[in-house]
Amino acid sequence: MKKTLRSKAFFTAAAWPVSLVVFFPIFWMLISGFKTEVEAVSTPPRLVFRPTLENYAAVWQRADYVGHAVNSVLISFGSTLLALAFALPAAYAMAFFPTRRTKSTLLWMLSTKMLPPVGVLVPIYLLFRDLGLLDKRLGLLSVYTLINLPIVVWMLFTFFKEVPREVLEAARMDGAGPRHEILNLLLPLSLPGIVSTALLAVILSWNEAFWSLNLTAAKAAPLTAFMASFSSPEGLFWAKLSAASTMAIAPIVVFGWLSQRQLVRGLTFGAVK
Amino acid sequence: MTASSDSSRSAAPGRKSRRNPRTLPFLLPSLVVLFLWAVVPLVMTIWFSFERYNLLNPAQRGFARFENYRFLLSDPGLARALVNTFVLVGGVLAITVVFGTLLAVLFDQPFFGRGIARVLVIAPFFVMPTVSALIWKNMLMDPVNGVFGFLMRSAGLSPIDWFSKAPLAAIVIIVAWQWLPFALLILLTALQSLDPETRESARMDGAGPFAMFSFIILPHLRRAIGVVVMIETIFLLTIFAEIFVTTAGGPGLASTNLAFLIYRFALLEFDIGGASAGGILAIVLANIAAIFLMRTISRNLET
Repeated sequence: MKKTLRSKAFFTAAAWPVSLVVFFPIFWMLISGFKTEVEAVSTPPRLVFRPTLENYAAVWQRADYVGHAVNSVLISFGSTLLALAFALPAAYAMAFFPTRRTKSTLLWMLSTKMLPPVGVLVPIYLLFRDLGLLDKRLGLLSVYTLINLPIVVWMLFTFFKEVPREVLEAARMDGAGPRHEILNLLLPLSLPGIVSTALLAVILSWNEAFWSLNLTAAKAAPLTAFMASFSSPEGLFWAKLSAASTMAIAPIVVFGWLSQRQLVRGLTFGAVK
Repeated sequence: MTASSDSSRSAAPGRKSRRNPRTLPFLLPSLVVLFLWAVVPLVMTIWFSFERYNLLNPAQRGFARFENYRFLLSDPGLARALVNTFVLVGGVLAITVVFGTLLAVLFDQPFFGRGIARVLVIAPFFVMPTVSALIWKNMLMDPVNGVFGFLMRSAGLSPIDWFSKAPLAAIVIIVAWQWLPFALLILLTALQSLDPETRESARMDGAGPFAMFSFIILPHLRRAIGVVVMIETIFLLTIFAEIFVTTAGGPGLASTNLAFLIYRFALLEFDIGGASAGGILAIVLANIAAIFLMRTISRNLET
């Protein structure tokens, strides 16, 4: 017992400093958002200061910040719902009625995820221009639906596979119709899986920054693209950058923490168990 | 697959029929939209890459044969962009795999506050790329007012002007910080599937911590490390946002990678043919990693 306590203390002393170093940039951003602009750039860096909410007020009062935040919410949640609408039936069919082609179908879907976006930038840009989808929320929403669809199908498929067959078969024996089977058994049983799939899709869409930078501008830009406007600022801006960044990442970091256990499944397509 | 299952018409789970017409309507919407998304633009890119096509001069369109490829290969920027791409991918891979493995071993041990420490360490993965790049560029790496500069001056060194002197190294550090949690999460998951009895019996045989790491843990992690390398390679080959907000590829071409070069061809010089030829090059490079990744996924996939 004594030995395990000592080893526990040793690993505590080893792991915590590393964790704090890795987290430091986020911590620094967090506290700089509550400094004045002058305090934010002061050297030596300040750890003690009187917190102010003026940066949050300033960022929030910029009408465009709220607009871009709304864009982020609409685009990431909208694309997630749409991807689920496409993926739920597909994953259901492949998990419960597999055919010889199921495996190759799944693999083909995953392989579309490996196409580098920059390889199709030109045709997508031109198509969007001709269809009038440039700088439109609908345009980015459909892109995100499609880039996340393979991951969503894949995750739902693995969650459906884990639903015990005996339960479904017992219900079928009792004369349950397919509608009853899906609504009253399958959905409740796999709801945690569906929720964590949705969380991952929201996270990935919220943070996507290739298509948002290339396909949107002043009107439809989500926060990823809006934040890029801080790369050519005027005057002191670190405190405001910190406040805007904190607001932009806070909801999604919380989502990430909630879904961390299911994340590996979605991000590696089951290649690591 | 036996012949009998071919003739099976039942859709009972567990038995596989060759074709199940009832499931096609469920699958078709996903298949059609993914086809439109992935295959159609891909064919268009291939087509454009053989065309003479500049948006500034759209009347002069025509078949260019290999002209775009010849132009691309003779562009002095290409060699630089390819080298930068490999440095970026290689640098980030080295950092994330080495530190990810060490951190995974550390986080596999019980210690006080492990849950909270884990939450802190994986947080960078959820920060949007434009935000993390800007925070690092300004508040940490700025030579005058940044935290790193302060630390270096306190240590009696002169601060590094990261983005004019070592822009690529700066980007490698930022991207590695973002992807370290990814490597950690995957390697930790893999480590937790290591059979405790294997570990115990190695300990019985007198294996010390170092022998345990090199003969038990590392071999067990080999495949997971392979997966991390392949997935990161696919995504890191086309890093874009971090370059876009920090250096815009400069100074000169010092931090231009393949993705940024293509972006410049397409949206700044409007050279559709040249950008498409570059796009094909990017696709070919990504496919090299993708082939290995698909093989691993396929091996683990049970339908």
